[in-house]
Amino acid sequence: MAKVSLLLLAVLVVCALGLVTSQHKARKLFSDLEREQERSRNLDIEYGQLQLEASTWGLHSRVQKIATAALAMHAPDPRRVRLVNPAEKK
Amino acid sequence: MSVVASPAFIRLPVWRARLVLVALLAAFGVLAGRSVYLQAVDNDFLQMKGQSRFSRVLEVQATRGRILDRNGEAVAISTPVKSIWAIPEDVKASPAQLKKLSLALNVDASELEKRLADTRRDFVYLKRQISPEQAESVIELGLEGIFSQREYRRYYPGSDSMAHVIGFTGAGDAGQEGIELAFQGSLAGKAGSRRVIKDRLGRIVEDIESIRAAQDGHDLTLSIDGKIQNIAFGALSAAVEAHKAKAGAIVALDIRSGEILALANLPSYNPNNRGKLTGAQLRNRVMTDMFEPGSTLKPFTVALALEEGRVRPDSVIQTAPGKLTIANYTIHDAHAEGALTVAQVIQKSSNVGAAKIALGLPRQDMWEMFKRVGFGSPSELGFPGESPGKVRDWKSWRPIEQATMSYGHGISVSLIQLARAYSIFARDGELVPLTLTKAGMPVAGRRVITAETARAMRAMLEAAVQPGGTAPRARVMGYRVGGKTGTAHKQEHGGYAAHKYIASFVGFAPASDPRVVIAVMIDEPSNGQYYGGVVAAPVFSKVMQGTMRVLGVVPDAPMQPLDQPGEGQELKEGT
Repeated sequence: MAKVSLLLLAVLVVCALGLVTSQHKARKLFSDLEREQERSRNLDIEYGQLQLEASTWGLHSRVQKIATAALAMHAPDPRRVRLVNPAEKK
Repeated sequence: MSVVASPAFIRLPVWRARLVLVALLAAFGVLAGRSVYLQAVDNDFLQMKGQSRFSRVLEVQATRGRILDRNGEAVAISTPVKSIWAIPEDVKASPAQLKKLSLALNVDASELEKRLADTRRDFVYLKRQISPEQAESVIELGLEGIFSQREYRRYYPGSDSMAHVIGFTGAGDAGQEGIELAFQGSLAGKAGSRRVIKDRLGRIVEDIESIRAAQDGHDLTLSIDGKIQNIAFGALSAAVEAHKAKAGAIVALDIRSGEILALANLPSYNPNNRGKLTGAQLRNRVMTDMFEPGSTLKPFTVALALEEGRVRPDSVIQTAPGKLTIANYTIHDAHAEGALTVAQVIQKSSNVGAAKIALGLPRQDMWEMFKRVGFGSPSELGFPGESPGKVRDWKSWRPIEQATMSYGHGISVSLIQLARAYSIFARDGELVPLTLTKAGMPVAGRRVITAETARAMRAMLEAAVQPGGTAPRARVMGYRVGGKTGTAHKQEHGGYAAHKYIASFVGFAPASDPRVVIAVMIDEPSNGQYYGGVVAAPVFSKVMQGTMRVLGVVPDAPMQPLDQPGEGQELKEGT
């Protein structure tokens, strides 16, 4: 009887320690998860800011201004444009 | 005799021991009962006390959805910024520290002192919506009683060119104007909250429950094409400036899908910096302004007459001597013509001709025609502040009113209604439902006139932009276009202003198989010219040329330079 009790006590202690470790591990993993989520949020924000920047730099009016003023480009004369139909074979 | 009893043998009555036992058991019972009560029955208070020591409810922020143009370019994005606030009572800064703070915040030191002087308040904003980096540098000063708080701010890279379509958000990131307001429901995010366990150091160690999941707002892809919008805004600005006009508006529709490709207004504003805004700047004239359209309405009367078989395109109408008097009121043509065919009435924009055709039509039919092309009721866009326009009940029409309505007087429409109404000519008789979001596929319309009538009207409208018509300046190199000018006296204080006009042009291209309708309106051009054919038609031409290029529409006319008429050579229309 006493032997069985001792055995059970040992099992109980092992289980209790296991519970503590797994809880600890879970919390550690959770804080990792939390950190990664924070990182993903920050990356999202950065993505938004970069998109904003891209839109601002790529503003059509700005591109047009630079193309005409700095690069001396202009829209082609419609007479010099030839439309090609890709479905047509030579 | 007495019994001598030794102390060990004193026999106490049995009931005393029982009493003590029962009392002790009862005490245990009470304790056990109390603990059961506290643990299981009335446990709220203790639960709360316990939780308040380690569990916290955190707010989970949600972001507002982005708005993109049809090519996926961002036109409105929310990004976090910081606001710096203070508890004035807790701020104990030396003058040197205050100076550093004022430098970091870019706010006058005296202004800061003033705000911090009011110690009765618990919460004072020192500066709102600054960049996270700037906020960091303020917090790094390590001043007591000064905190930063995260907020979202909406940025509009498109600035003034798209201001009226997109609108803007106000306090709390809620839409106040334009798309931001119209689509508030789907754009707005819903902040959530969750309960967590924090440890002694304030780290979150466990997620207990999500009370409400945060929902980010949905992104919205508009039908607007940034390139066409830019072309439209540029051309409109140039025209408004050149003609010293008070305002201008333009809208471009894809008539197959009903998508609005461009929508611009002047004067405009920068939605990123709304310091001082006037009502005139905020007004989305395309949607909210009613105006008497003038001759751009003639095609509807003529289409109805064709539809009812009362005239044919080659029927002859006598418009000499260029005026027509009905009950004390005389309708004038800008210059007298003789006998004109119905097609020429449109081409030369004869008021007398249109009035005569209208007088041969039943009032109710004309009213129904206006209703069926969408005048007098707001469009299906659900845009805030959209004007329904004004079409009076046919029962109250007098003959003179019926006559003037045929050329667009005594009836009020908005530019968007006018553009949509022209889809019946461009779409073989069907009125297209409009949308501001990207659809990308053809949509079914509602039939108003037969395809034959629509084709006949297209031919007439094409003639109107040829030399000899009112708007040769509307032509586009490489494409056949059709359209109609309008020049109307402005209404003011219940009458017509003598020298204030609204010049307009509505047209479509390519005429062989129309893709796009563009409507232009210039309000009070006051640099000498005021005819729709001179003021509004060139804007149409420029924007249509660009639109055709952007959409890659195959030309249906030879690529030949168009000789533009010299000053004052084109036909004027009556107002």
